[in-house]
Amino acid sequence: MLSSTFINNKAAFKYIASIGLALLFVFNIAESYGFEIFTINTRQLLHFTKFGLLFNSICILATLLFTMLSGRDIEAVGSYVAEYFALIFFVLCGVGIVTSYTSLLMLFIGIEIISIPVYILTGSDKRNLKGNEAALKYFLMGAFSTGILLMGIALLYGTNGNFNIIRVSRDIQPLSYLEALGLVMLFVALSFKVSAAPFHFWTPDVYDGAPTVFTSFMATIVKVAGFAAFIRLFESRYGNMGGQTDRLIGLVIVLTLAFGNLTAVFQQSVKRMLAYSSIAQAGFMLFAVFALNDVAKEGLILYAASYSLATIGIFAVLVKMKDYSFEGFNGFAQSQPLLAGVLVVCLLSLAGIPLTGGFFAKYYMLSAAIKVGNVGLLVVLAVIFAAVSVYYYFRLIQAMYFKEGTVNFPAVSTSFKILMVMAAAAIIILGVFPYTLLQYLYF
Amino acid sequence: MIPVLLICIPLFTGIIAFFLPNAKTAKSWALLASIATLAVSLLSIGLQKSSSQLMFDASWLPLLGSRFTVSLDGMGTMITLLTAISFPVIFAGTYQNSYQKPGAFYGLMLLSQAGLMGVFCAADLLLFYFFWELALIPVYFLCSIWGGEKRIAVTFKFFIYTFAGSLLMLLGILYVYMQSPSHSFAAANVTNIIWAEGSQNGVFWLFFIAFAIKMPIFPFHTWQPDTYEQAPTAVTMVLSAVMVKMGIFSVIRWLLPMFPDASAHFSHLVILLCVIGMVYASLIAIKQDDVKRLIAYSSIAHIGLMGAAMFTANASAIQGVMFQMFAHGINVIGLWIVADVIEKQTGTRKFSELGGLAQTSPSLAILLVIMALANIALPLTNAFIGEFLMFSGLFTYNVWLATAALVSIILAAVYTLWMVQKVLYGENKDVATLTVKLPVGTRLMLIVLVVVIFAFGVFPQPMINLTTGMVSSITAQIK
Repeated sequence: MLSSTFINNKAAFKYIASIGLALLFVFNIAESYGFEIFTINTRQLLHFTKFGLLFNSICILATLLFTMLSGRDIEAVGSYVAEYFALIFFVLCGVGIVTSYTSLLMLFIGIEIISIPVYILTGSDKRNLKGNEAALKYFLMGAFSTGILLMGIALLYGTNGNFNIIRVSRDIQPLSYLEALGLVMLFVALSFKVSAAPFHFWTPDVYDGAPTVFTSFMATIVKVAGFAAFIRLFESRYGNMGGQTDRLIGLVIVLTLAFGNLTAVFQQSVKRMLAYSSIAQAGFMLFAVFALNDVAKEGLILYAASYSLATIGIFAVLVKMKDYSFEGFNGFAQSQPLLAGVLVVCLLSLAGIPLTGGFFAKYYMLSAAIKVGNVGLLVVLAVIFAAVSVYYYFRLIQAMYFKEGTVNFPAVSTSFKILMVMAAAAIIILGVFPYTLLQYLYF
Repeated sequence: MIPVLLICIPLFTGIIAFFLPNAKTAKSWALLASIATLAVSLLSIGLQKSSSQLMFDASWLPLLGSRFTVSLDGMGTMITLLTAISFPVIFAGTYQNSYQKPGAFYGLMLLSQAGLMGVFCAADLLLFYFFWELALIPVYFLCSIWGGEKRIAVTFKFFIYTFAGSLLMLLGILYVYMQSPSHSFAAANVTNIIWAEGSQNGVFWLFFIAFAIKMPIFPFHTWQPDTYEQAPTAVTMVLSAVMVKMGIFSVIRWLLPMFPDASAHFSHLVILLCVIGMVYASLIAIKQDDVKRLIAYSSIAHIGLMGAAMFTANASAIQGVMFQMFAHGINVIGLWIVADVIEKQTGTRKFSELGGLAQTSPSLAILLVIMALANIALPLTNAFIGEFLMFSGLFTYNVWLATAALVSIILAAVYTLWMVQKVLYGENKDVATLTVKLPVGTRLMLIVLVVVIFAFGVFPQPMINLTTGMVSSITAQIK
């Protein structure tokens, strides 16, 4: 942000960022109610729907929560504080594009606008060797996947003659070979972005090497944006394919859940465990792409909201710990009972225990899949892996509550604690009354 | 209104209990709260005629087809009465125990009561699932913080095992929802679905595995002995007296009405599994050295009989199950209280180290013998009524399986009397050091339980009247 030229006080940036985000949120809400504050002629390339704008709101609010909780930790990463916030805003710009594109070109632009600032953020701690490796790995693999994305777009352009993905008819679209190939390439590229198996191999190293505070951002907002792009692609022109893609997506879901959950079980570092767990959560979110019905869309919104809240909450605490291993959390409940309680709510939500938003999110996903029909094995495997995921989430609860230890936790301001409690309360409200969020899809 | 009170009183008093400063306040608060719940539950018996007070219905998730509906019918009244009786008895019976962080302990106990009440009162399938899971969380924390040496790993296994079963049940619930034409989770709707031929089978297993893990039924029982042993005894009382009844109750309330064809189709297999579990658990119980583990295996055997009886589609068997749910709850709490008091005062649970307690603690001996005879289902005790009814039903179903089940009763006599002999009448050189003085609260509770055992043993009719309507409707549905 240009303000860095004028303002020398590092701390001011996060306040400016928060104000900016709040303004963005207000504009977004206004847009969804039809009051257009700014109008740009987007030449039919962007189309703002309630669904897209709701996704925007979730991302903006999540970023706001993230900035308010971890602002001080962003300052601690390096000297270019204002630039970090600027990059975060650029990512949000990409999110806005990716939730409302009607042209495949805009999809490409949106994905790139999201990705490139994230590459920079990954490597922002220049003295950290793991961070440099992570940034380079992410950049190279991301560039490669963008190449595949472009190839897929080119193939689709070749079949259709335009970049448009607006649905023309409600009939089942039989795909020609070229079109199918292009679609598969798009699927591959987007799967890379949301870290679905077998395109997930970059995720653990990148999430682990990046500064923890930016891992929080990547694991939530960037992933959610990726899913918004995914759904938007498959709900438009390619929304009604009569189950031609079922087997492919089903296979990817099973692989993702398997890889994510089974490897997370063996992790010794909480940060890496959360990276693998985000892969597993992506697997569940892919059910929305598998099912593509109303229930799926509602579920994806709910999943995005509860997953972001829970993960940002956990990372907000993790980022302040010195020791990222499970043993580092031993006895956390003794020294910080309030924060431990909030973490329990977040972990229960990720595990999918009732009373938390995560339960209804998983419920909607399973419900959407069953509605498609003929998915017996898929959903049974999904719930078995969900039970496996309980193991590593509860390991953290166990370390916090049932093991003895002293935790060197820095003092946190009251506003931090209040925000965390509010996040936990939001998770529980979503868990008992999910319609507080979902009603905005319809009103 | 009454079911809502039954859930809310323990819920709110439990939350308040977390903030109570010391042990004495927390204990008295918990005891008073549970007595209040008991009073409300006794009121529900009196109000059996006027059903408006026994139902509560509010809108919760209209677009998902789920309402917050709680109601108490005959069986529900009986089982909530059991829950309401158990908790004051447990609190009074273990009053002298001291726990670290007592506010949290009693708070979690009350919260688990709230969850259990919710499971028994729920008349909406999704609400039922909610409470089913919620009942588990306080128990997880209770066992993991205040349990024995190996508590963390054992409770973890218990939690994941049960949770996996519940997730399978969630799938079943979703399937049922998809099939129900009116797209609602209300009990009346889910039990009236017209199923295609043979399509019930898969969904039946999804539900049944969850309930089988909870009860537990062989081969899903491996979590139980360790968890019962490692949990603090007050929590074990809750687990074995009330939580296992969650499984049995849910089969009668949800599984049999929703899937009558599949239940009939698989009844032979299920009863076979139950009977195998009964005999197997009884055989292992004989080899036990630890009081808690013995009672745990004995519990598997008793529950196995109830599981078998449920699937016989026989009116007297199902009546027996309902009666026995109450009776077994009472009896097993008595056994656990005795086990707890022995462990706390002598410092050991092993038979090889106990012995000769009858000489030093005559009142304990009398009460333990009565509890043990109730465990064997001697006539005059409430367990006899229940088991007699169940066996008569099982006998009409299949003579061979009934005979195999009867073997387990003989084995029950073997291990129970073996335990009594080793603990009370054996030879012991350190007999002078093993004195168990029964504290006032414990003595009072045990006497109350003994009175209840004999009262229902000679005069079971009130309990049977309470549940007879439910029995006839269930048997009609299965036929």
